[in-house]
This record gives sequence, C-alpha cells and structure tokens, in this order.
Amino acid sequence: MKDANTPLPLVDNDIEQRALDSVCVNGSQLQHPWWYNLKYTAWGLVFGVVFVKTEIISWFRIQEMFRFESFHMYGVIGTAVVVGAISVMLIKRFKARTMHGETIVIHPKEFNKGQIYGGLIFGLGWAITGACPGPLFAQMGAGFGAISITFLFAVVGTWVYGLLRERLPH
Amino acid sequence: MLEFLKQPWPWYVGGALIGLSVPILLLLGNKTFGISSSLRHICAACIPAKIPFFTYDWKKEAWNLFFVAGVVGGAMLAANFLRDPEPLVLAESTKTYLAGKGITDTSALLPAEIFSWENVVSLRGFIFFVVGGFCVGFGTRYAGGCTSGHAIMGLSNLQWPSLIATMSFMVGGIVMTWLILPYLLTL
Repeated sequence: MKDANTPLPLVDNDIEQRALDSVCVNGSQLQHPWWYNLKYTAWGLVFGVVFVKTEIISWFRIQEMFRFESFHMYGVIGTAVVVGAISVMLIKRFKARTMHGETIVIHPKEFNKGQIYGGLIFGLGWAITGACPGPLFAQMGAGFGAISITFLFAVVGTWVYGLLRERLPH
Repeated sequence: MLEFLKQPWPWYVGGALIGLSVPILLLLGNKTFGISSSLRHICAACIPAKIPFFTYDWKKEAWNLFFVAGVVGGAMLAANFLRDPEPLVLAESTKTYLAGKGITDTSALLPAEIFSWENVVSLRGFIFFVVGGFCVGFGTRYAGGCTSGHAIMGLSNLQWPSLIATMSFMVGGIVMTWLILPYLLTL
C-alpha cells in the first residue's frame, strides 16, 4: 500500500487514518450523544443470538466447512452475501438515506497484497480456533470462558500488526 | 414459540439475518459492516503506544464496540434461554474423522477436549488459543477485514479485493484443516 521507506503521516482524527487497511469506517459526520450507539448494541444482540442458534460459532461447523462435508456454512455465507448485495443495490438505486437523513456512503476497498498474505494467515487461524472475530465475541458470551485467552491473543495479533505494518509487504 | 426458537436455526434464516446487517448498519448511521476492526479500536483505546496505526480518534468508531458488546450479550441470552438440549448434528464423515483424533464430545458447540481452561497451559493450549488467536487478529488486520468486512460487506458491494481476500481466507483454512490440523490434533 505505502512504500516501506516513506514514514506514514500522522493524521489524527482523520478518516484516512481510521480507514488504513480497515474496511469498516464510520462515514457519518454527525455528532450524537454516546447513547445513540445503543442502537448498534440492539442489532448486536440479534446478531449474537443468530451466531449461537445457527451454530456459526461452532468449531465443529467450521471443520465441516473446510472439509467440504456440510453445506451449512456455505449456505449461511452465501445467503448473507445475496441479501447484502440486493440491499446495497437497492440503497444505491434509490439513493437511500440514513435514519438521520445523511446520504449513505460506502467506501470502495483498495487492493493491496495484505489481502492475500493476511487473508492466508487469518485462514490458518480460522481453522484452528473455529472462529472469526465476531464468533470469538459470541463464544465468550455463550459461556466458553477459556476463549477469552484466544480473544486476548487476537488483540495482541492486531497490535503486533500495527507495530510491524510499515515493514510488511502490502 | 420458545420451543420453536430453541431448535437450531436453518442456514437460510441465519444467512438472511446476517446479510441484513449490511443495510441495517448503513441505515442506522452510515456504518459499514465489519467486526475485526473492533480489535483495532481496542488496541487504540487501551495500548496505542504511539504506534501511528493506533493513534486516531477511536471514539468516532465506538459504535463498533457497542455492536460487539451486543454480540456478547446476544450470545449470552441464546446460550441461557434458547439452549438446544440435543447434541450437535454433525456430518458423519466429520464425526468419524474427529473421533479418530480423540474428539468425541459433541454435546457443546466447541469440543471440550480442546477449548477448556485445563488445556490453556499446555502445548495444545498454546496452539489452539495463543497461535490461533494471534493468527486471527494479525491476519484479519493485515487483510483489512474478516469474514464480515470482506466476505459479506465487501462481496455485497461487489469489491474484487474482497473476493481475493475471501479466497485467501479459504485457502488458508483448507491448508490448515487438511495438511496441518490432522497433526496438531494428535499433540
């Protein structure tokens, strides 16, 4: 993404900085009191229930998926992509606005080699832990306390990436 | 009604609800769906250590942390009030393979033979908790997203870098499952 010898500019409070290598950024310019964020918690609650009830957080289901012995996870991800794609199409087609009247902006994703190297590393971890980051949270919530150790090391991994990122090929 | 909800939910129900997160987060406040970023915001909030990648106003992304807090809470609700008493229905071939590796307990969503506190301080624990967790955190950030940000949000928006990322996730997972894990499970 950036030349390894060029020091990264220190841009504080800047969307470019937040968007670095990160696909999900807050595009909203609006300032709201903190409790407005509880609407995301509400949807998170639904999400957590779905994660457990569709058994997406199960290590066994991930094993089945990577061994090509069950359709379940492919069905889940495939349906999610179809529903998501139709929604995005409709949002663009009708120029939908947010509930606060803002224009909806979806940032395009730029290619860098990190998506390959990082993707492979994440894939290895996904098959070991049976969890992507979302299910890690849900596994802890569902009472698998020891997963807090996995979670802790996922945070450490993210931190080490941040430390090394200028020296990694992108 | 409650009995109905307690059964495992079919893939199309889960998939549809997960897919709906894309428009819902956009409509609620222009947020693009993604979960692994929360790990970055935790680093930025707790241990930025003057690393440029973590020096940004994480509070602007606090919605992401509120969202994952909800995920923890929702999982807690489902595990306590919507628990399915039956063991997991697994593909026979997966079951046979895992039994051959000593993983026979399918009563919970995670195998007790691996993911229990007793195993944390052991070689097996080091691999499954420490190495595995590290790869998930390091890899998702290096790739700029995880299953939610790339496979679901990115593909929904027809972004080809996300397709490459998703294929890389699958290749990594397949290599681990077929070539490395059979050995690791015997440790």
